[in-house]
Amino acid sequence: MANDPTSSNIDTKRSLWAALLLGIGVMAAVDEIVFHQLLQWHHFFDFGTPTFGIISDGLLHAFELLAIVIGVFMLLDLSQRKRLAIPWAKAGFFLGMGGFQLFDGLINHKILRLHQIRYGVDPLLYDVVWNGAAIVLLLVGVWFYRRAKRLGYR
Amino acid sequence: MHVHDHAHAAQGTLLNWLPLALIVLITLAYLAAANAQRYKAAGWSGWRSVFFTLGSLLLAVAVAPPLMAWAHHDLVGHMALHLLIGMLAPLAWVLAAPITLLLSTLPQAGGRRVAALLQSRFVRFVSHPVSALILNIGGMYVLYLTPLYSASLDNQALHYWIHVHFLVAGYLFCWAILAEPDVSPHRLSLRFRLGVLFASIATHSLLGKLMYGYAWPRGTGHSLEEVQAAAQLMYYGGDLAEVLLAVVLLTLWLRRPVERREGLFKSAERDISRVRVNI
Repeated sequence: MANDPTSSNIDTKRSLWAALLLGIGVMAAVDEIVFHQLLQWHHFFDFGTPTFGIISDGLLHAFELLAIVIGVFMLLDLSQRKRLAIPWAKAGFFLGMGGFQLFDGLINHKILRLHQIRYGVDPLLYDVVWNGAAIVLLLVGVWFYRRAKRLGYR
Repeated sequence: MHVHDHAHAAQGTLLNWLPLALIVLITLAYLAAANAQRYKAAGWSGWRSVFFTLGSLLLAVAVAPPLMAWAHHDLVGHMALHLLIGMLAPLAWVLAAPITLLLSTLPQAGGRRVAALLQSRFVRFVSHPVSALILNIGGMYVLYLTPLYSASLDNQALHYWIHVHFLVAGYLFCWAILAEPDVSPHRLSLRFRLGVLFASIATHSLLGKLMYGYAWPRGTGHSLEEVQAAAQLMYYGGDLAEVLLAVVLLTLWLRRPVERREGLFKSAERDISRVRVNI
């Protein structure tokens, strides 16, 4: 059975990492689709962004896109090898989503100043909600992580 | 700023239909050779012929004179055609394994000559993922961030040469990344090839942002809105094409039997042996 806790073939570490990558990619895609395309709150290019920010944005963007593809294929590979640990994958997925959201809220918006969440309003409330959502996702991830650990097989 | 009357005058002349005629000829040659292979012992997958025809259709759409004329005036149109010529059509052609077909179709002497050419230093050099990346994305930086693009609107020969460059560079890049189904002259790990793909996505999305922010290419008479729309199409369209390439690469990887599948991470094989020892 693919998720037999007694099997020593189960790869908890890689299950966590694969789902973490997928979580990062999914959150980045949600951000792109909801805030850039649907709401159009974010700007494609912010002239206040320092050059370093624009260059690192290219790297981040490439990482996010490949994270979603590589995450999916790693999970498929683990599942074919009967080494996928679903509880650990759940933990990784939520930790990835929350981690990315927090990174986006703190590093991208504040330190690199790529763009703000919304323009023409006081960004404080938006920042609080954005990063608050990140912390909730991270907490869900931590809860799944502790549960996976309690279930054993590591 | 530029007068494109000469383009109108030239439209409809025989020369404009030449690329389309070449594509039809190449496709017919491929299909004839593939059909001949079907009756031999090794056979030839019908899917490869489908991929080749698909690539040719995408390319034919892109070089059809009415669309070329549109792309000549409209930067967004140019970007759309660039995507077809430089990424999507070459990907389909690579999946059709044309080199394998050529080698098995040619008589022995000719086949040996082609095989020697594939092993030549020049082909080895340009078919390396890093050189293919530089030819492809580097070529795009040179084209759009210098006056080359505006020059290409006035010079028919330059215009053709640029499109041929992107077709060849796109083909080399897709082949270098997939290293399949035609055997690649290089034996590079999956991780390395994914790394080059990463660099490709990063540099091309950076170019999209630079063009959007600083209104390149300049001196073409295109409005700022048009340049920005084209830059956004390059950003998202290029993403789509490169994600497609990553999906194809990893699908080919996942289709291999588990025992012969290369680990995505170096430690994968070591871990397996450690588990076995523990048991």
